[in-house]
Amino acid sequence: MSSMSLFPQWIFEQGPAFLIVLPLLMGAVTAILPNRSMAWWVTFFVTLICTYTAFGLFQHIYFDGFLLYTMGGWAPPHGISLIVDGLSAPILLLISVMAMLTVIYALPSSISEIEPKKRAPFYAAFLICFAGLMGMVITGDAFNVFVFLEVSSISTYVLVAMGAARDRRSLAAAYNYLIMGSIGATFFVIGLGFLFMETGTLNMAEMSAILSELNGGTRVSKVGYGFIIVGLGLKIAMFPLHTWLPRAYAYAPTKITIFLASTATKAAIYLLLRFTFTVFDPSFDYIAVMLKYLIMGAAIVGMVLASFQAIFQSDVRRVLAYSSVAQVGYILLGIGIATSSGLAAGYLHLLNHAIIKGCLFISVGAFWYRFGITRVSDFSGLFKTMPLTMGAFTLGGLSLVGVPFTAGFVSKVKLILAAAEQEMWWAVLVIVFSSVLAIVYIGRIIIVAYFGSPPKINGSTFIKNEAPFMMLFPMWVLGLMSIAIGVNAFGIGDGFVSASEIAASVLLGGRG
Amino acid sequence: MSSLILDQYNYAVVIILMMTGLYVVFASRNLIKKLVGLSVFQTSVFLLYITIGKVSGGQPPIVESHGTDHVNSETTLFASIGELESVVQSSSGVLYSNPLPHVLILTAIVVGVATLAIGLSLVVRVREVYGTIEEDKIEEYDRIYYKEIIERQ
Repeated sequence: MSSMSLFPQWIFEQGPAFLIVLPLLMGAVTAILPNRSMAWWVTFFVTLICTYTAFGLFQHIYFDGFLLYTMGGWAPPHGISLIVDGLSAPILLLISVMAMLTVIYALPSSISEIEPKKRAPFYAAFLICFAGLMGMVITGDAFNVFVFLEVSSISTYVLVAMGAARDRRSLAAAYNYLIMGSIGATFFVIGLGFLFMETGTLNMAEMSAILSELNGGTRVSKVGYGFIIVGLGLKIAMFPLHTWLPRAYAYAPTKITIFLASTATKAAIYLLLRFTFTVFDPSFDYIAVMLKYLIMGAAIVGMVLASFQAIFQSDVRRVLAYSSVAQVGYILLGIGIATSSGLAAGYLHLLNHAIIKGCLFISVGAFWYRFGITRVSDFSGLFKTMPLTMGAFTLGGLSLVGVPFTAGFVSKVKLILAAAEQEMWWAVLVIVFSSVLAIVYIGRIIIVAYFGSPPKINGSTFIKNEAPFMMLFPMWVLGLMSIAIGVNAFGIGDGFVSASEIAASVLLGGRG
Repeated sequence: MSSLILDQYNYAVVIILMMTGLYVVFASRNLIKKLVGLSVFQTSVFLLYITIGKVSGGQPPIVESHGTDHVNSETTLFASIGELESVVQSSSGVLYSNPLPHVLILTAIVVGVATLAIGLSLVVRVREVYGTIEEDKIEEYDRIYYKEIIERQ
């Protein structure tokens, strides 16, 4: 308990509920704040306090094991419980850190992207989305998952549509996302209905106990799992269900793209893990079949096809969006392998990808902030006009490809080893092939930026126009973070690896 | 076969509504019609949940005060769910329907209303900007609009 002195005792007693309640309440308060810069300060402090709390809980998991918080003192299975364990704690920390960095970035970018009178409601919607994501990850009640999923999704539709001030296509993108997202959430709730029919409970731990007693249950729970996986697949942007993602990422306000790319799909992947391995069990024959053919199949096809699509995009934000679909494929491949090394590799790639994509989207956002354009050809000579931004983009890009000494390399090697362990040589081949495609689509941008000539004024000089500090700070934090994981500086790399191994052991054998 | 459908006609209604809603969402190109389809689809789920809450022969789940030891006054506060359950079981012989799905569906209805409200307000904004709510026209206008922008640069 020695390291606990950093954190007051209430964090361990009330922290789990605090993580949801604080942003929800402050979201309502922020919406009616008259002063615009006040809204930013409130949002910043909320995310800062949540990061601190999440870090306290994260530490607690490694010293004292998992935390079970009973809402209102009602014991499970009747009451609603919140669970912080080796699986959820890293994701909670990831979401709150990314929210904080996004808010830092949002201060300068709001000036050009959001109309002044809409800024306070914007931050309110952001906080509610953040609360929804935290709730999805922390709750131990299956219906609660649906409610928080919808809380975060509905506020996301609003946030995406706020890009309309910049690009009117964001309205159609938000509408499309709303239709697909609602269908996904409804499929998920149908699946829960079937599970409730089979087990008569909504508590995840209780469901899991009853299902394993029934040895997987009847056709009802099989159908339920099918609905759940399609519903979550839509939220994850699993390959054939990803069509909403590129448009939503490309036309949303840049800070929302950053936040969505690094947290929303990750929280949904967490739910997929939670349902597949904790509520259900991979030892049920239908789950094993689903993992082997559906999840792994979608992963493989997505990794290759989405990477190809990324190569042929002309807008950098769409390149990165398609690359996100491909990277989700890597994570799903690790999950599909379903051994402890495969799960650990998938989980590690989940964390790494959030950091890498955050860094890349912040750099692109900073470029948009200065020049208002994001086509690949517009990146010409960017290394001369915005050296620091392009430096961070390069770090992120190399990490995405999986160059040695970067985060992407660590998780890809682990994934290859996990596949090789199961003698899935075709999977190894696909991972390498998809990485080669990543070299093409990232390389294309970097080559233009380094060797292209910057736009000139009066035919001779070019403007050096670096991004403001508030944007450089989060992008370099994430860029250096990915290098720190790659070279294991200060033990950060080992910390990530051991977090992913603990998560895998939680998934495969009860609570860790 | 026909008796199976007659016995479980509620599920048949759910399936018909669900498929109708989903079909409307995918088949129509009008933004409002799509939202109508989505609402029908969500409503079918409400029916599914309410259907599974019914226990055949079950009474409405209301605990009446019989003046027993457990229920002393009108404003009884149960210390725990366990105590509540013991009260329910003590008034034995009565079979209750499951109240939980109804409560869940109240929440889901609120979610559905919120989704519909956001969806409709998005359609209003689309109408303001584009002057149409037909998807095909919106795509066509965007193609022309952004082609011109790129050519101008």
